Amino acid sequence: MTAAIEFRKVTRSFGSVRAVDDVSLEVAAGEFFSMLGPSGSGKTTCLRLVAGFELPASGQILLDGVDVSDVPPYDRDVNTVFQDYALFPHMSVVDNVAYGLRVRGVAGDERRRRAHEMLALVKLADFGERRPNQLSGGQRQRVALARALINRPKVLLLDEPLGALDLKLREAMQIELKGLQRELGITFVFVTHDQGEALSMSDRVAVFDRGRIVQVDTPRGLYSRPRNSFVAEFVGGANVLSPKLAASLLGIAKPVAVRPEQMRIMSDGATAEPGWVICSGTVADSQYHGATLRVQVRTGDGELLTVARPESGNGEGATRTGSTVRVAWPRASVVELEAEHA
Amino acid sequence: MRSSFDRPTILHRVAAAGGLVFMHFPVFIIVLYAFTTEDRTYQFPPPGLTTHWFEVAFARNDVWSALGLSLAVATCATLAALMLGSLAALGLARSRFWGKEAITLALILPIALPGIITGISLLAALKLAKVELGFWTIVLGHATFCLVIVYNNVIARLRRIPRSLSEASMDLGADGLQTLRYVVLPQLASALLAGGMLAFALSFDEIIVTLFTAGHQKTLPIWIYDQLFRPRERPLTNVVAVMVILITMLPIIAAYRLTRSTEERS
Amino acid sequence: MIAARGAVAAAGGWSRSLSSFFYRRPNAYLLLLLIPPLLWFGTVYLGSLLSLLLQSFYSINDFTAEVVREPTLATYKQLITQPAHVDIVLRTTTMAIAVTIACACIAFPVAYYMARYASPRLKTFFYIAVLLPMWTSYLVKVYAWRLILAKSGMLTWLLDTLGLGPALDAALSTPVIGGPTLASSYIGMFIVFVYMWLPYMILPIHAALERVPRSLIQASADLGAKPGQTFRNVILPLAFPGVAAGSVFTFSLTLGDYIIPGVVGAPGYFIGMMVYQQQGTAGNIPLAAAFSVVPIVVIAIYLTIVKRFGAFDAL
Repeated sequence: MTAAIEFRKVTRSFGSVRAVDDVSLEVAAGEFFSMLGPSGSGKTTCLRLVAGFELPASGQILLDGVDVSDVPPYDRDVNTVFQDYALFPHMSVVDNVAYGLRVRGVAGDERRRRAHEMLALVKLADFGERRPNQLSGGQRQRVALARALINRPKVLLLDEPLGALDLKLREAMQIELKGLQRELGITFVFVTHDQGEALSMSDRVAVFDRGRIVQVDTPRGLYSRPRNSFVAEFVGGANVLSPKLAASLLGIAKPVAVRPEQMRIMSDGATAEPGWVICSGTVADSQYHGATLRVQVRTGDGELLTVARPESGNGEGATRTGSTVRVAWPRASVVELEAEHA
Repeated sequence: MRSSFDRPTILHRVAAAGGLVFMHFPVFIIVLYAFTTEDRTYQFPPPGLTTHWFEVAFARNDVWSALGLSLAVATCATLAALMLGSLAALGLARSRFWGKEAITLALILPIALPGIITGISLLAALKLAKVELGFWTIVLGHATFCLVIVYNNVIARLRRIPRSLSEASMDLGADGLQTLRYVVLPQLASALLAGGMLAFALSFDEIIVTLFTAGHQKTLPIWIYDQLFRPRERPLTNVVAVMVILITMLPIIAAYRLTRSTEERS
Repeated sequence: MIAARGAVAAAGGWSRSLSSFFYRRPNAYLLLLLIPPLLWFGTVYLGSLLSLLLQSFYSINDFTAEVVREPTLATYKQLITQPAHVDIVLRTTTMAIAVTIACACIAFPVAYYMARYASPRLKTFFYIAVLLPMWTSYLVKVYAWRLILAKSGMLTWLLDTLGLGPALDAALSTPVIGGPTLASSYIGMFIVFVYMWLPYMILPIHAALERVPRSLIQASADLGAKPGQTFRNVILPLAFPGVAAGSVFTFSLTLGDYIIPGVVGAPGYFIGMMVYQQQGTAGNIPLAAAFSVVPIVVIAIYLTIVKRFGAFDAL
């Protein structure tokens, strides 16, 4: 089946900076696809390349199998929800939503009717006559969504749309967006720097680092089988043990990753179970997170290990700062990572 | 910088108020003198008040023709400035290219350098090219700095319009022209109006450059300038001065209110 | 490039084709926008500036009174060596400096009051009160002062009523800056200049003062400084770029003005008047051009000095 979006060796530079460096990827139709990475990693530029706001320096961009590399944004069957919502301040909410129909020549009554339908879909049915500056952040976001969906595009692009919302609203919107995508069946491409967001909403995630895609996988795949230390640390905050430490503890000459929640602090006098790796160190600090306690332990070589354990855990080792402890984890939970190159 | 715990002293208040009074009283004097009965209008306080001089002014043909010329010049210069200034602003607002800084700096020169430099340069160039001085040479001079004024107004507004707005418009299916019509121009309208009114007022009042490029033509400021050395016609000059005050101050105030209200709304 | 169905909507109309053309060639769009205004500006303004510079290197034939179009430094030599000419430059520069200092001294208290003590509503009132005279016609203001400074004008009446008549006479009989009446003396000219450029000095100082964070003043008081010390050590240095920015205006405006010295002033020539006169009756454009170069050079030097005080950030 043809991919909804395909990148073939796309490059885009700004001056001497390679924002997008030889990127190839495929997004399947109907998929909720996220692009995850820190700021400046190229994910937003990729989104803009799909929308048509940037032209690739080399490579091709295909939509539904057709090369659209030099097709203007208004001729692409793709719509965008912008990070700052980009609502037209001089138009009312309903005129904003109806804009996509207006520029295609749809008659006034017809387009207002459909705009109201769209507003009802995003639960803003009574807000039609208001102006954008009279709405809250969350409401503006819904208007932006309604406006982008009115043309029933094949692909919807969302550029960090939830960044400006507070935590509770963000979590509610995540659930709503996921439901909307399932209901409409449109391909969603979602850009974010928040790994929790990407993991909870997506079918697949592409992790970006300095203009390149490091790994494309399902959320579970990324979490349990990170390819390199960047992915391991960025997605889920795993402990990355240097090749030196890995060699001395495990006999592996590469960096390895271990999830904090798979580590334990052994109580004094307890013996290690077979198949477990033990490492000693001193407690450097600890943070109480309500449901969990995160403890940072410094090894003899100066590396920092983070152990996460449920607060209700009992019978486990002391966690006072400065105390000497033994950290243990099952051999099986170790993930080998790619060797680092500069 | 305000702090709630200190209060201005009497000295502070007097100094500030004094400064303000100093800045405003000359204009009041002129307006007062426009109504005086004494015909050499030097005496203070004026012996009596009358509107007689207004009638005299309205009967004078040379006043009317000077007024007409000033209005015509201002209109032409403003129209040219609106077109050219907007184009320049649209081109320079979001682009990056080699030489952009130089161009931006060059566009400040007409306002940064004293008017006399503009005046003498234009005159020297026109004489070199053997062009006769007249209506169009006046417009030429005015249009140049009016262009800069419109450009400043429009580009200031453009910089506050997020780029994502035009992108959103194109994303939704509008091509460049539609985006201009439905999204960009409505937002620029107030800046264009304000810039245009400001340019009109400054062109109408212009004397420094005009004295160089007008040849034998008389705009209203030139008329006043000539009158400065004719004591017997002074009351008439005062009336015309009041006229100039009104015609130039009102558009400027309107332009200022327009710019402020759009700033507050966005 | 064939537009296909599917992911790409159908194109149509000349407007779309034009837009798509410019989409693929952003540079062409830029050129289209910028060529008309830059062409105009380049030829009319920049071209004439260059021709002025060029003509300052020409000379005038004393006998035929015609411009000799051969490059020469004779005109500049004439400018620098003739004592009358040097006098003119010195006179103008001295006035510019005096006006700048006076404006700074008067403007600062007003701007300070506006920034420090005025309530938000009063602040708007002040703002408009400062801007209004700036918006009033230049010539009308000059004319108004001519009337005020005249022998039987308002200022004389005011001083007489206050019993300061003799003080005025004493001032007017001061050599060099005095004169027969206020309206024909350097004192009078000085007053008018200060009046005209005052708003140009108030606004940048006010802007600079506004930018001083309240927390700095409070920190200074917190650390034990008395109000005078806070003013001298914290506020004044931070406000200085505003003063420098304002001084650029007062300095260059005074340097180039030719109307005010002609309407309200003593017989001595100023640069501006010289330029105006030379191009007029004498038809000596080269000398007028050479004289105009002087303010440009002086302003350029002033700008580089003032830039070091941070005036450009305050503009």
